[in-house]
Amino acid sequence: MLTVENMRVDLGDFTMEGSFEVAKGARVAVMGPSGAGKSTLLNVIAGFQDATGRLMWEGQEIGTLPPAERPVSMVFQDNNLFPHLTAFQNVGLGISPRLKLSEADRARVMDTLQRVGLDGFEDRKPAALSGGQQSRVAVARMLLREKPLVLLDEPFAALGPAMRVEMLGLVRDLVAETGATLLMISHDPEDARLIADQCILVAEGRVEAPVETGAFLANPPAAMRRYLG
Amino acid sequence: MKHLTLAAGLMLSATSTLAETPVLTVYAPDYFGSEWGPGPAVEAAFEAECACDLQFVTGDLMPRIMLEGARIKADAVIGLNTDVTKQARETGLFAPHGQDTSALTMPIAWTDEVFMPFNWGYSGFVYDNTKITNAPTSFEEFVNSDEDWKIVIQDPRSSFSGLALMLWVKSVFGDDAQMAWEKLAPKILTVTAGWSEAYGMFTDGEADMVFSYTTSPAYHIMAEDDLTKSAAIFDEGHYMTAELVGKIASSEQSELADEFMSFILTDAFQTIIPEGNWSYPAKLDFEKLPETFQNLPTPPKALLYSEEEAAALRDPALEEWLSALGR
Amino acid sequence: MAVRTGTLSIWVGAVSAALVLALTLGTLGAVVWRADGFGALSPRDWGYVWFTVWQAVASAALSVALAIPVARALARRQFWGRSALITILGAPFILPTIVAILGLLAVFGRTGIVSDVLSWAGLEPVSIYGVHGILLAHVFFNLPFATRLILQGWLQIPGERFRLAASLGFSASDVARVLERPMLRDVVPGVFLVIFLICTTSFAVALALGGGPQATTVELAIYQAFRFDFNLSKAALLGLVQVMICVVAGALVFKVRLPSTSGVGLDRVVRRWEADGLGLRALDAVSIGLAALFLLGPLSMIVIEGIGGVLSLPGSVLEAAWNSIWVTVVSTLLCMALALSMALAVSRLSAGAGALVEGIGFLTIAASPLVMGTGLFVMIFPFADPTALSLPVTAIVNAAMALPFALRALVPAVRDVQAGYGRLSASLGISGFAWLRWVAVPRLARPLGFGAGLAAALSMGDLGVIALFSNPEVETLPLALFRLMGAYRLEQAAAAALVLVTLSLAAFWICDRGGRVNVDG
Repeated sequence: MLTVENMRVDLGDFTMEGSFEVAKGARVAVMGPSGAGKSTLLNVIAGFQDATGRLMWEGQEIGTLPPAERPVSMVFQDNNLFPHLTAFQNVGLGISPRLKLSEADRARVMDTLQRVGLDGFEDRKPAALSGGQQSRVAVARMLLREKPLVLLDEPFAALGPAMRVEMLGLVRDLVAETGATLLMISHDPEDARLIADQCILVAEGRVEAPVETGAFLANPPAAMRRYLG
Repeated sequence: MKHLTLAAGLMLSATSTLAETPVLTVYAPDYFGSEWGPGPAVEAAFEAECACDLQFVTGDLMPRIMLEGARIKADAVIGLNTDVTKQARETGLFAPHGQDTSALTMPIAWTDEVFMPFNWGYSGFVYDNTKITNAPTSFEEFVNSDEDWKIVIQDPRSSFSGLALMLWVKSVFGDDAQMAWEKLAPKILTVTAGWSEAYGMFTDGEADMVFSYTTSPAYHIMAEDDLTKSAAIFDEGHYMTAELVGKIASSEQSELADEFMSFILTDAFQTIIPEGNWSYPAKLDFEKLPETFQNLPTPPKALLYSEEEAAALRDPALEEWLSALGR
Repeated sequence: MAVRTGTLSIWVGAVSAALVLALTLGTLGAVVWRADGFGALSPRDWGYVWFTVWQAVASAALSVALAIPVARALARRQFWGRSALITILGAPFILPTIVAILGLLAVFGRTGIVSDVLSWAGLEPVSIYGVHGILLAHVFFNLPFATRLILQGWLQIPGERFRLAASLGFSASDVARVLERPMLRDVVPGVFLVIFLICTTSFAVALALGGGPQATTVELAIYQAFRFDFNLSKAALLGLVQVMICVVAGALVFKVRLPSTSGVGLDRVVRRWEADGLGLRALDAVSIGLAALFLLGPLSMIVIEGIGGVLSLPGSVLEAAWNSIWVTVVSTLLCMALALSMALAVSRLSAGAGALVEGIGFLTIAASPLVMGTGLFVMIFPFADPTALSLPVTAIVNAAMALPFALRALVPAVRDVQAGYGRLSASLGISGFAWLRWVAVPRLARPLGFGAGLAAALSMGDLGVIALFSNPEVETLPLALFRLMGAYRLEQAAAAALVLVTLSLAAFWICDRGGRVNVDG
């Protein structure tokens, strides 16, 4: 279980606060107006943004750990891949930051690439991959890291609708398979319906506790209604 | 990196293999020790008779001597300039040279018992004799000339030749030195920090005359078969400069240093000077000079201030120079 | 709820900064210690200080003012030879002073090409000597450098904005007002500052072309105090004044964003619609043509005067060239290690502390080579024979002298890598050497290559601190050139100068090229 207690971010003219819990294995959509702090929330959990309060995973404090040591795997909006490294190397970094890979490690990397449908693409650099394929490399690395908490900061936003749905389906299946907990930022209620069983609203400086997706979308809070229009 | 350590290693091993051979360390100006200076020939000639290793250490002499002070590592210093001996003498680092200087072939008598000259020359303006056919025959005429000659000189604050020119003007014009500089000012194309830049401007044709030495044409004649360069000879006499050698009192190779001092006044050393330094040897019979040197025109008189006079005159003369040219 | 990382890189950067401090203020301190304090300055010395500042301001202002139209023309015109011209723009900056003086005289001197043409046309020949001569020389050195930096500013304006301007029907003056002037306001002050600092330490150029002692700079006064008066306390004080000029200038324009010298992407030309008119085309053609003539003239004369003697160069000059190549390799590696470690530290530190580290890196631009050499001598003498260390000392000093330029290439680039890939690296736990190897070096290849090229070229051409450290048996190419000139061998010296310039440019080209191959994305 992810526990956020009395979290508060103060960036001068922007503040955000909230306390909530997310059950293990839940798939949660983080929704709210632009600029409300959805990315900030994910950055706090991943360790890229300072905040006061407590942050715990399964009862253990994780707020003081460096990003790499948290039980978190995050896929960013962009810059998920190093352009000078091949797909294989980009995924391999998920096992060893020094890229020292044993035979077994190499086999795992190849397996994972195969699972996300990138068989045969391992030696290509990002520039030689399509947008969807680049996303698959990022997802493969996320999968390989086997972290129990997965954060998606709209990594598929730049893809076409069909491709985005396909990627979200892939992530949903993989997360279900590994039992990981998922927090993803979403702008589209359809995306939320497709993948999330709960929704968190971030609006007007507050992070609300998760609500069941169907109920949330059937009867959105006032701030969400304004946003959805 | 490998090459650097290799070079350092070579130097170290060179020192250690020769450890049994005594080493004579002599500080010299950069030009002296370079491939083009007299250093290599002097080293070969002396080592042929001393059973020792003569090592030149090059650099700016006075700053180095002053910086090292009593911990100086030299056994002798060669290449000091006559105009700054006062400063060198006052360090107290030098021992008497112990040589007989009564039979030097210099235009003045030498009485200094600490510093001994090994070469000398007259300062002078060098010009291209295909372009200037009516070269001035006196400093007075030169200063007052209506000719639109452009000359390049050196800054007395940064160059020994510049300093020599300043003292030359002072010795010829005395109290009227500043006026002489003011008259000369329109002819001065520019002032350079060192001799090389000035001489380069002259040979490139930028200037009609350059302040150098009366022996400079010898280089062009002997090395380049170029007879177009001449030095203007002035009736008032020319300021002379000599380069000196001194023995370090604290030397652990005192005998070897003495041997080197007396070697300097032998023909073996002195015959290297004309073509190694393009100046006159301090002790070499006229007929032993290269023919070109024998034929060089010489001034009627040599001018030279004593070190006290030079030291006392320097600051006031510099003020005059700056006032006349610094507008 | 977050942890800072990168303390190691801060420490390494701090060690580098300390080394640079030791080389600049440390050597100054050693001279002060040896001199038992500071001396006093005479009114005449203050005159030198004033002249130094004045000519540096004028040189920088003129270089920048002339660079703007040239950079604007290069930014919006594509023509045959454009990238070659931009490469050659790097050449004057790295020329040894004495070579540049003779090259300039061959064009602008009394018997130079310009005077020949003028007298052929029945006009009075020009005189290069005087304040305008100093400015001419300083503009020759720095105009190309300024052009490159400002061109970079131009090319960093996104192409979309020019397309937007075209769709809104902007005229050339609208584009200038809305897009170009804000960029210039951002870029020009930093370029001005850098060139000002470079010009403050000028001395041989100022004196030779200034026409006389009225053109005395602080550096010449230091030389005089050191070499003729052996007045170390005065030399130290003047050295301090020189550093203070740098610090005060830096403080006056504290908020100025220093230019990035990363030199990336200058091959790009942005398609422009508002500048299609004949008048503007002509203006740009004239700007580029005049700049090219002004720069290529003296460079060509250096080639013409040197080429005849190349085959008659003695073997020792080749040996000297070989030494120079090694000194260059070592000092380039050292310079890049210093620059990279300091740039990494700057990116991890707070803005204030980062500016301090960068400021320390910039000190060498204003440090007097003479004071540095003397200070090093004072520090080394009690422990070792300074002459035996002439090559390592030359390498270290050259590395320090090139540091500001390498640093300016790397700091913005490291910041970009941090902004783009900092979170990804942190989340994957890539740090330390793994980060250097897999992220930093590949991502920074271009600015590293460019910075190394600048450092290599500057190091190749620099005489270093020979006054006290020359060794008769080991010489570098600039020293060989200097010795040839001192021995009347001017033709060979001109040939050695040509070899030197060629090697410098080759060193730049190889490093810069090396940074460009195999870079994706």
